[in-house]
Amino acid sequence: MATLGQTPSQTIGPFFNFALPFDSGPSVVPDGTLGAIRLAGRVTDGAGEPVPDALIETWQADAAGRFGISAGFGGYGRCPTGEDGEFHFLTVKPGSVAGRAPHIDVIVFARGLLLNLVTRMYFPDEEAANAADPVLMAVDPERRSTLIAHKDGDTLRFDIRLQGEHETVFFDA
Amino acid sequence: MPNSAHPPLDWPDYKSNRLRHPSRPLVPLPTGMDDLTAPVLGEDRVGAFDADLTRQHDGEPIGERIIVTGRVVDGAGRPIRNQLIEIWQANSCGRYIQKNDQHPAPLDPNFTGFGRCLTDDDGGYRFVTIKPGAYPWRNHHNAWRPAHIHFSLFGTAFTHRLITQMYFPGDPLFPLDPIFNSILDPKARERLISKFDLDTTVPEWALGYRFDIVLGGADQTPLED
Repeated sequence: MATLGQTPSQTIGPFFNFALPFDSGPSVVPDGTLGAIRLAGRVTDGAGEPVPDALIETWQADAAGRFGISAGFGGYGRCPTGEDGEFHFLTVKPGSVAGRAPHIDVIVFARGLLLNLVTRMYFPDEEAANAADPVLMAVDPERRSTLIAHKDGDTLRFDIRLQGEHETVFFDA
Repeated sequence: MPNSAHPPLDWPDYKSNRLRHPSRPLVPLPTGMDDLTAPVLGEDRVGAFDADLTRQHDGEPIGERIIVTGRVVDGAGRPIRNQLIEIWQANSCGRYIQKNDQHPAPLDPNFTGFGRCLTDDDGGYRFVTIKPGAYPWRNHHNAWRPAHIHFSLFGTAFTHRLITQMYFPGDPLFPLDPIFNSILDPKARERLISKFDLDTTVPEWALGYRFDIVLGGADQTPLED
């Protein structure tokens, strides 16, 4: 099959906040949804400093493991980071798709990044499924923990370290 | 990166890249492990004047009115239908409406600089806007960004998500811009430069530029239309 040359990526730059974020962006499910979970994290750079101008997007299956928009479930989230580098989403835990460990696809855009970074968030209460997941198994065992969220009270935390110690695993997708 | 169209992760000429690029290589996703679906952000996100950035306020913005149009396709040339395109840009003086833009150029009360539309059945889109100005940034001494419009696109898989910048033909700032030049393949770089198009140009009204966009996804099993 003949393939066309792809359009190259460029940085999102520093001035996207007046345009891309929208009010319901962080709400993958509406407030009050049964079984809703709060997801939060902080984006930090190679010096450990917060990244206040990143945009985080998420995509996931619904609780039954289906992709696509159904009533009360969009599957897609968008949240800019604040001054402290923090982002947050309200969502539900996705079901398993094709027998793989439940996960949320995460894309990071930021000033300074020339192309977006693709990663995945896995769940801490899925030890057996995580241990058998083909994507996690493709990752150096020492780095797998960067892809697994941890519980912090009512919130699941998924911090994203762009560079340096405990650097998050990013995928070539 | 197997895809040489994109800039490298590590590009020190762009100062804010230095502490933000991953230092470890990207991990290849095992074959078949991509989630081959993408959000469809439909008509509920697009308002009547979203595709015409010159009609979002009471008066007309100052500057050179232009039409920007093109098609969004995948690597096999198949149209990306009914998908959201978002654009954002500086005004004709090179100033963004956003508070943290400190460039001492005037704001235009009649220009926000954000537009949205959905692609049609042929992957086509069309915006009416004002040609953005070049603006200074502090990357290095006397650094100026070539005039550009930011584009945000969704393909048929979430991992084909693309944010890029469209440039204008003949800009003298091209050889000096580390962001434009982060694309190492000159042919790929050229793809970000829109083409002046007389057929798109509307007589007595606005110049037209064409900007076609190719997203990822050619290497996957072709889908029947």
